[in-house]
Parts: sequence; structure tokens; C-alpha cells
Amino acid sequence: MNLRGTWTLFRRETHRFLKVNMQTIAAPALTAILYLIVFRYAMGDRQVPGMNVDYFTFLIPGLAMMTMLQNAFANTSSSIVIGKVMNVHIYLLMAPLSAMEMVMAFLTAAVLRAVIVATVFLLVLTPFVDLSIHHFGLILVYGVCGSIIMGGMGLIGGMWSENFDSMSMVSNFIILPLTFLSGVFYSIEQLPPFWQQVSHFNPFFYLIDGFRHGFLGVGDSDPWLSIGIVAGFALATVLTCWYLWRIGWRLKE
Amino acid sequence: MSSETAGTSAADILNVDQLCKVYSNGKQALNSVSLSVPEGSFFALLGPNGAGKSTLINIMADTVVPTSGSIDFLGHDMFSERLWCKGNIGVVPQEVAFDPFFTPREVLSMVCGLYGQKPDMKWINDLLERLELARHANKNTRQLSGGMRRRLLVAQALVHRPRLVVLDEPTAGVDVELRKRLWDYMREINASGTTILLTTHYLEEAEELCDHVAIIDRGNVIASSSMKKLLHEVAGSYLWLRYRDGWVPGTADIEALSEFNPRMLEGQLCLTLSRMDLQQSTFHHAYESALQRFGPPLDAGVCQEDLEDVFLRLTREQII
Repeated sequence: MNLRGTWTLFRRETHRFLKVNMQTIAAPALTAILYLIVFRYAMGDRQVPGMNVDYFTFLIPGLAMMTMLQNAFANTSSSIVIGKVMNVHIYLLMAPLSAMEMVMAFLTAAVLRAVIVATVFLLVLTPFVDLSIHHFGLILVYGVCGSIIMGGMGLIGGMWSENFDSMSMVSNFIILPLTFLSGVFYSIEQLPPFWQQVSHFNPFFYLIDGFRHGFLGVGDSDPWLSIGIVAGFALATVLTCWYLWRIGWRLKE
Repeated sequence: MSSETAGTSAADILNVDQLCKVYSNGKQALNSVSLSVPEGSFFALLGPNGAGKSTLINIMADTVVPTSGSIDFLGHDMFSERLWCKGNIGVVPQEVAFDPFFTPREVLSMVCGLYGQKPDMKWINDLLERLELARHANKNTRQLSGGMRRRLLVAQALVHRPRLVVLDEPTAGVDVELRKRLWDYMREINASGTTILLTTHYLEEAEELCDHVAIIDRGNVIASSSMKKLLHEVAGSYLWLRYRDGWVPGTADIEALSEFNPRMLEGQLCLTLSRMDLQQSTFHHAYESALQRFGPPLDAGVCQEDLEDVFLRLTREQII
């Protein structure tokens, strides 16, 4: 096993986003804070129907998770697409790293970026909000699994895309709607019954809801049951990435 | 096709066996290619554009998947023992590719790490010095010129001290002086025991540098031997004779000398000799025949095909 190689690739991926930290860390954290300010003043002190929690507090964990998911996706997808456009990906293909080592390095870096962005977002809010932690284990499991899933999807999306345009198609037409419609900004109890059912087929719903449960102790689903769905989805994503990298899907001719 | 694979005394580092590649658009890039690269050799892989050289190299680099065939690298099957083989090969790709986030020094340290090695800063500094990148080692790769980026690719291929270095047109866009120094360095690397496989369109350089050569055209190996043997046995020679200005032989003369494939080149009559090593019978027969028909020439001599002539002749024969 090439542990040093895996560590090097992880460091490369980490170094890459830390070098442009205004773009990769500060900007997403600021965007999430702006969302929060806008909704805070739009919704006032309203309570979330069916939950004993005000809308502002409800929104914070959801936004933190959404930011994590989007950044985990962006880290892997941008790395692969930049690599393909600049033809640098051939150096990864030439390196003596197995497909699983490659995938592990990429996903670990994606998780790290997601955690850093969410931490910055929450730290900035700390002086202004009294945000308690109901169950740290749930936050950790959902945060990490969500970042793995989205990092993996970014890897697959990056492999599929030939250029930045096709990558932005994946990002804007698949990932963004799924995250926005996953219950970040509302409780699915507020939706008509049909859309409530549809929401249960959106894996991001379980990620957001479980993560929120870790902070608030309330949510739309049982977070302990949902762990199985989320962990299964994360495993399936990792295995798919491994297989696709192994065969060089859309990377090798 | 002339075919002499490895010398009898030298072991082969690479044995390509019936390698085929058909791309998804139906283009057959390699058609059952077989060749051997002796260990420690400086091996030239030559061919016109689109011949299949880069496909062969990209298969070795694992960026192209072969359709069939096998490659043995130091006794290891390249496709089933990929990671081991990759760890011992360094490839300079034809296209200049650079990581825009890092400096040359960072890139080289990173390549070492990817190959499972702790970065040897002394060796990295040596490489930067020898490839004339030391002054630019801490600049972002975006700030490097085209020639510098190409040299950085060479450093990347060497930094993990591979047993086989594959150079796919490494000097395209590099100025003459720098090219010469780069080749001097490659000679040193080769002398230290590293096998070098080179593709280039500068045939004079290949002839000067390489001790073995393979010529590939439209996916087929059309010659593979030691450089010396190719130039002695495949390269032809011709006798040139100069008569008075404006002199041209008649049709009957041409027909009479047809066994020597007579042609006029820059006002001189050229007669092809059958052997490059100037076996007397061939030379004398051609000279005597010309003498009988045209009398003594004002001047005469023998010219020998160089690698470029052989390359052009062989690849042209393929087209015919």
C-alpha cells in the first residue's frame, strides 16, 4: 500500500484549496451568513410549524450542512475538471496509487474542506446565536457521511465532465436543486403530502435533517434510522468512485 | 522490415508483444506491435505524425487502455502489476501540462511523494540546477515560459529515479542551446544505467544520441534494430557522378543502368548501390557501367543514407 502517496495526494488536494482560501473557505461561509441574515429579517421571530424552535435557529444547522455538502462537491469536482482541462490528470493516472488510495485521498480532502467551511460559518455566528449541541455524534456522522457522499459525487461528476460548462450543468441542475429542496429552509411538514413523500426519496433530506437533529434535537425523521440510509449511500458512493477510477471512466482512452 | 530485437548480451527492460489499440472512433492506432528495448539503451522510437508512437507511450503511462497484447517490464506484466511498473517508469508526455497551483519545487516534492518516496531535496535541487530551473524554483508554474515548463516535465519524470524514462518529444519548443544541454544531461542519466526511450522529430539528434531504434508507421513496426545495424544494413548508399554542366543521360542510358535505379540529383547522376558497406563488386560494377557509357566523370563520390533518409524511404515505401 502506498501510504505516502495517498498522504501526498491528500496534502495536494488540501493545499490546493487552502492556497485560494478566500474563494474556497471565506466566500462560502459569507454566502451562508448572508442567507441567514436575509431569512432572519424576512421571517422575524416565527416558529417552525410542528417544532418548538424559532425559524432562525432552525435555519443555522441546515445552512451549515448545505455549505458542507456544496464545498465537498466543489473540492473534488473542480480538482478533476481543472486536471482534465489542463491535462494534469495524467500525472495522477501515471502515479503508482491504487484506485482506492486515489479515492480515499480525494474524499478525505473534501471532508476536511467541508468541515473547515462549516466550522468557520458556525464560529462567526457563535457570538450572535445561542446554538446548543444536542448530540455531537449525530453531527459528526451526518457531517462526515454527507461530505463523503458529495465529495464522491463531485469525483464522479468531474470524471463525467469534459469541461467547466458540463461541470456547472451537474452542479446547477442536479446538486443545487437537490440541496435546496432537501429541507434546509423549511420543515417538510410544511409541504403538501405528495411533496413530503417525494422529499423522502431525496438522500440530502436525511443528511440535512439528521445533522439538524444533532444540534436541535428535533427534525422530520428519526435520525438513528436514517443513519443506515446515509451510511449505505456513502458506502455505495465510495464503491462507485473506486470502480469508475479503476476502469479509468472518461479519464483514459 | 529489418528486425533485430535485443542484443544477445543485453537483457531487455521492455518487451512489447502484439500490442493493439483500436480507439472508440474505430481508428487502429497500433496493429500488433512487437518490439524490445534493451536495458540501459538509449532507444529512439521514430515515426511520422499519427504513426502510433504516442499511443504506445500512453499505454505505458496508463492513460490509454490497450485493446489487446501485453508488455513485459523487467519481468513484470505491465497490465497485471501496474503499480510496480508505474513506480519504475517516468514519462514526459508530449503535451505540456502543468499544475497551476504549485511551484516547480513543490511539484517535484509532490511527485516524489506520489511515488511513495520521501522527497530527496538534494536530488531535487540537482535536477532544478541541471535543467536550469533553479532560479525559477519558487515561482508559480503559471509564470514559467513554455521551454521551462517542458523542462519541468523532464524533472518530474526523473525525480523518482525510474529505471525507464520515456521522453515523448521532450525538446519541442526548446531552443537549440538548451536542447543541446538537455541532451548532454540525458546522456549522463543514460550512462548512469537508466534506460531512455525517446520519440523525436529531430532525426539527427536521434541518430547522434540513440544506440537502438524502432521505426513505426501507421501502427506497424517497420524497422527495429540497433542504430549501427540499421545504418549499416538498411541504409543504402549511392554513387554520384558529375559530368559537364547541363549534361543529362538519354532514355537508353537510363534503361541500361536500371539495375542501379539511376536518377539526376542537383545535376549529378546518382546510382544506387546495393550494399551500404561498399562491397567492391557493387561499387565497381556501377562505376564501370557508367564509365563505359559516359566516359570518365569530372568528379565522383559515394554518399551514404543517414537516419533521415532511411526513415523517409521506409515510411514512403509503406505509403506506396
